[in-house]
Amino acid sequence: MEGKVVLKAENISKMYRLGLVNSRSLSADINRWWHLVRGKEDPNLKIGELNNRAVKGNSDYVWALKDINFEVNAGDTMAIIGRNGAGKSTLLKLLSRVTQPTTGSIGVKGRIASLLEVGTGFHPELTGRDNIYLNGAILGMRKSEIKQKLDQIIDFSGVERYIDTPVKRYSSGMYVRLAFAVAAHLESEILIIDEVLAVGDMEFQKKCLGKMDEVAKGQGRTVLFVSHNMAAVKSLCEKGIVIENGQKVFQGAIGEAVKHYMSKGSESALRRQFDFVKNDHFVLNEIKIFNDPSDQEELLLDKHKILIETAFDVLTSEVGHIVYHVYNESGDPIFSMGTTDIELQLGANKITCEVPAYFFQSGTYYLSLFVISKTQKAILIEKDVMTFLVTDGDRLMGAYMGREPGDIRPQFNWYRA
Amino acid sequence: MKKWDLEITSKTFWWKWNLQEVWRYRDLLLLLVMRDYKASFRQTILGPIWFFIQPIFTTIVYTFVFNRVAKLGTDDQPPALFYLSGVILWNYFSTSLTSTSNAFIQNASIFGKVYFPRLIIPVSIVLSNLMKFSVQLAFFLCMLVYYANFTSYTTHLSWHIALVPLLVLNMALLGLGAGMIISSFTTKYRDLAYLVTFGVQLLMYATPVVYPLSMVKGKLLSIILLNPMTGIVEGFRYGFLGTGSFEWGMLAYSFSFAAVMLVIAISLFNRVEKSFMDTV
Repeated sequence: MEGKVVLKAENISKMYRLGLVNSRSLSADINRWWHLVRGKEDPNLKIGELNNRAVKGNSDYVWALKDINFEVNAGDTMAIIGRNGAGKSTLLKLLSRVTQPTTGSIGVKGRIASLLEVGTGFHPELTGRDNIYLNGAILGMRKSEIKQKLDQIIDFSGVERYIDTPVKRYSSGMYVRLAFAVAAHLESEILIIDEVLAVGDMEFQKKCLGKMDEVAKGQGRTVLFVSHNMAAVKSLCEKGIVIENGQKVFQGAIGEAVKHYMSKGSESALRRQFDFVKNDHFVLNEIKIFNDPSDQEELLLDKHKILIETAFDVLTSEVGHIVYHVYNESGDPIFSMGTTDIELQLGANKITCEVPAYFFQSGTYYLSLFVISKTQKAILIEKDVMTFLVTDGDRLMGAYMGREPGDIRPQFNWYRA
Repeated sequence: MKKWDLEITSKTFWWKWNLQEVWRYRDLLLLLVMRDYKASFRQTILGPIWFFIQPIFTTIVYTFVFNRVAKLGTDDQPPALFYLSGVILWNYFSTSLTSTSNAFIQNASIFGKVYFPRLIIPVSIVLSNLMKFSVQLAFFLCMLVYYANFTSYTTHLSWHIALVPLLVLNMALLGLGAGMIISSFTTKYRDLAYLVTFGVQLLMYATPVVYPLSMVKGKLLSIILLNPMTGIVEGFRYGFLGTGSFEWGMLAYSFSFAAVMLVIAISLFNRVEKSFMDTV
């Protein structure tokens, strides 16, 4: 549907000051005030730098967002994707009026509601029922509106039995169920959702996602969904905006946006050329990780086999074999895999390791490379040589947003004895 | 240029109060007051009785310290009635002021996640306290009836009782205004928050709470009269106890003071609410 524009962001930027607020910030405030009184530009605005948290900056001021422009049509489901710290949350805060942009403006048509958190304003001493009213009102609902939907909300939450018990007695699962139930029944033309909303156990998550899907597609409302979970984004949204270091780097169809996000990433590049991992015995050239060599999709799915291709030069006959250590996101070693079965040859080698389908659990993994000599000594060690993200293919369908426990998920044979 | 229903800009206009939006959120206001009431006495045995206990004990202590020991007069009124009236009025003003002055900091977690007119919070605080005040006022009236019927005390009620709602409103606006001004300043620099806690205590002595205005003479009197709470406390006592002084001028002064302060407060508050999350 070619809808009319219901949300338009023009040149919005947001500057933050780093460090502590103290008496030095008072002098900056006075300086700013003095400039503004004389009709000059705020001197602090000029010295802001782009926000790249990994690099040490020269200025105390950073642009968390810089000159963002976009339009959203009525009925669009738009994903805002970016890495941690890219500026997604800042954009959300601006859109939901929690804080003000430093420059620029956002025009909105219709009611806008944002869910940055579930259960905002829940009071532990109040009963579930009282909290439904309170939370609903905080989110912008009228009391009559809540009353009308009360039964639906309670029913959706599945905590009917505890509805007149103070929420401090609730399990954390019950708490988020109730909170999400309120949020899910918000009626506004534009809905901004943060991904943290997908909460609770598997059964409830299905319900949440189903509800979000219904809101987005069924009711034809405009939805902005913020996430760095590509699977969820792909299943829920049609369009996407990619934000990197506070700037919009891509806007378009969701498939393209996800591809853009995955390929640009330094955190998870699936192809990497090397010129710095080398010594007298060994030169590493390239590592590629993929499901299928012809695949242009920058996604690794758990439901297909994963191939790790390593290209390197062996310079001396010292080199015995190479070993990868695989670490999970928290840095714990999971297992190691080595080329003990293959005889490496002098000169160029290209070897592939095939990991069966459904072996890796969805998540991020790190590889460290060890080159081992024929006398079983490590001649070259390169830590975290590759990082890759495995995506749950079933989750991609929107069936489930959670994660099974553990790092590996081998599919074993089961049969009756 | 299209017309938007809502425009989020980098500019703040101090004259844009968005009162119609506050009105749209009136249900939230009501629910917040209800929340405060319901939550304050959960898991207490005495429940709302706690509303009375504090003024009773304060009155007893004041009677002992200021009346018996310091021999301050009470305009020939029973000390219990004299102090109780002062205590409940001052309590309302001071709790409104101190809790409003924490409005931004206390609610930062909510304000950081969802938008609603921030003005709702201070108004809800003042209304919650009003509820508490009404209960204490009822208690004061019971005491008055008791004294009139069971002691030799004769009442001197005057028609000025009719002005009590006005006095209470005036007091609410004073507490709201002062609290909001302070809360606007404390989001970035916490210095004022320290001042408030003991400043309010000291201010009580600049208000005829523990002494009658008739005892104050000379230069000191003009200072005490500058305090907008003076007219309110005196007017209240004049209505119920028939002592103290009542002048329309004092009432008008208190009201204008509250009105001016409120205008400043709302303008400041509106300015700060837009970006306080960045500095709180």
